[in-house]
Amino acid sequence: MKKSLNWSETIITAVIKTCGYSAIVFVLLIFFFLLREGVPALAEVKLGDLFSTRWYPIENYFGILPLITGSIIVTLGAMLIAVPFGIGTAVFLSEIAPRWMREILKPLVELLGGLPSVVLGFLGILLLSPFLRNLLNLPTGLTALAGAILLGGIAVPTIVSIAEDALDSVPQGYREGALALGATNWQTIWRVTLPAARSGVLTALMLGVGRTIGETMAVMMVTGNAPVLAVKLSSIISPVRTMTATIAAEMGEVANGSSYYHVLFFIGLVLFLISLVVNIIASSVALKSKTRAERVLS
Amino acid sequence: MGVLGGRSPPSTPILSSIRAIAIETLLSLIICPMRLFRRFLPLLVVFLFTACGSSNAGTSQSKTLYIQDKGSDTIVNLALAWAEKYQAEHPDVSISVTGGGSGTGIAALLNKTTDIANASRQMQAVEIQQAKANGFDPIEFVIARDAIAVAVNPANPVSQLTFQQISDIYSGKIDNWSQVGGQDRPIVRLSREVNSGTHVYFRDTVIRLGDAKNKTFFAADTLLLPSSEGIVSELRQNPNAIGYDGLGYIPADLKKVAVARDASGPYVLPSVASVNDKSYPIARDLYMYTAGPPTGAVKVYLDWIVSSEAQAIVENLGFVPIKK
Repeated sequence: MKKSLNWSETIITAVIKTCGYSAIVFVLLIFFFLLREGVPALAEVKLGDLFSTRWYPIENYFGILPLITGSIIVTLGAMLIAVPFGIGTAVFLSEIAPRWMREILKPLVELLGGLPSVVLGFLGILLLSPFLRNLLNLPTGLTALAGAILLGGIAVPTIVSIAEDALDSVPQGYREGALALGATNWQTIWRVTLPAARSGVLTALMLGVGRTIGETMAVMMVTGNAPVLAVKLSSIISPVRTMTATIAAEMGEVANGSSYYHVLFFIGLVLFLISLVVNIIASSVALKSKTRAERVLS
Repeated sequence: MGVLGGRSPPSTPILSSIRAIAIETLLSLIICPMRLFRRFLPLLVVFLFTACGSSNAGTSQSKTLYIQDKGSDTIVNLALAWAEKYQAEHPDVSISVTGGGSGTGIAALLNKTTDIANASRQMQAVEIQQAKANGFDPIEFVIARDAIAVAVNPANPVSQLTFQQISDIYSGKIDNWSQVGGQDRPIVRLSREVNSGTHVYFRDTVIRLGDAKNKTFFAADTLLLPSSEGIVSELRQNPNAIGYDGLGYIPADLKKVAVARDASGPYVLPSVASVNDKSYPIARDLYMYTAGPPTGAVKVYLDWIVSSEAQAIVENLGFVPIKK
């Protein structure tokens, strides 16, 4: 072997290793920064006050419960809309649509995913909220429902891309075996293909949840930003305030180092932990060891 | 010839040598990039030096003075108009104007990241204390006057409200327009965000009726919209809505409500005239703050702002010029 070839190989290996480790390092650094700026909030504000129900920070009411429930209700609503549409579209694209239709529709769905969320928020204020107000006879259209619809629309392309790839990678042998045993198309899809692609589809759903819970601009424009405790079923048609919109709207005005500043970072820490939990659940499902039957067949 | 797959070779020796160099470069790029790098290294170095050299040669001789102006979203359009006019007359000064709310501007002044803070409310005692702790005394300049207009949808029949009625509407005690003489509709309350000076001023003057001990809050379901445009667009299309903002931000197609301090007093509509003769009860001064007494370019700029030349454009934007 020529000496120069070994040298370049060492450098390239080192560069690739650095890139790989840097992803972990950056996430850890962000986590430690959030901890450093957010944990003093626990010391400066009593725990009972921090988890109370009034959020009015300019007079030191730091109750973050309305913000947490606001984010959760908007995410749940968005998932209720995005899951049927997302998985349905993925199943249609990979199992039912003819090849030529798939070649057209898949890029179109991914184009929808590239739409900036601010544009969707703008359309939400001008078109969706008056429509909802008139349709459901609400006092105002700026509600958690408007936010959930927009976020569902944003999450669908993410879910479709990954779920469709997961369904595509199910070996053709599974489908052929099911059809040979006399199953109809729908029975094959529902009972054989989807369960076989279960880990990929669940990963897609978890990524959709992660995308939804972190979305800022669209919800800031259409949910009304009212810090209402959203625990009843009727809260879906009332205005809510999400954690992301709170951080975006209020970070500019805090004095560096004040307890308001620490509480905002604490909210960021809560968001980060929720995303972390969602991702851990997703990866534990995806990397679950296969059952004996699955191992035998694949 | 074999490499290019049977095409006829070029006729001249120059072209053939160019072709040879091109093929050798391409192959070395694929097989061993290091050799290519070593070969082109001197060229790269010369290129970098010339690039650095040319950027140095491009700097202008005159010094530009920078002024950073940050804060109130109420004042931001006015500050922009002033900055543009001033920069047209003084090309050596560069002024950067940003919004974000009075709270943002004052926080930036305390963090020393801005020269001038625009504020549509006065600095609070705790903020002044923080300034002193950071080593300076904030200096206040009144640069214009403003009215806060309370507006409703044009289809709403209600045209006059007292302070107490507005306070009860916004605190949640009054929930239906029929309780103040309107139709049987629920009331949707619109407000600016908590970092807005307009929000704080409205809360202290109207909702708390000017009483420092009053601790009435905005109702929890008050919509805190992130911009004046959000308030205007919701007022325009929702007949249940009531909102407030600076006079210059409520367009003519929305309906302004005449306000009285109490049921006996005269109900006055907001305008330049009613602010100047002090008959409109929700009028306020607009401020600019500096960290300590201003010097240099900032002082010249602030002196220009309170001059009659700058005050002449205040009325075009819907504000009230300070009286001389």
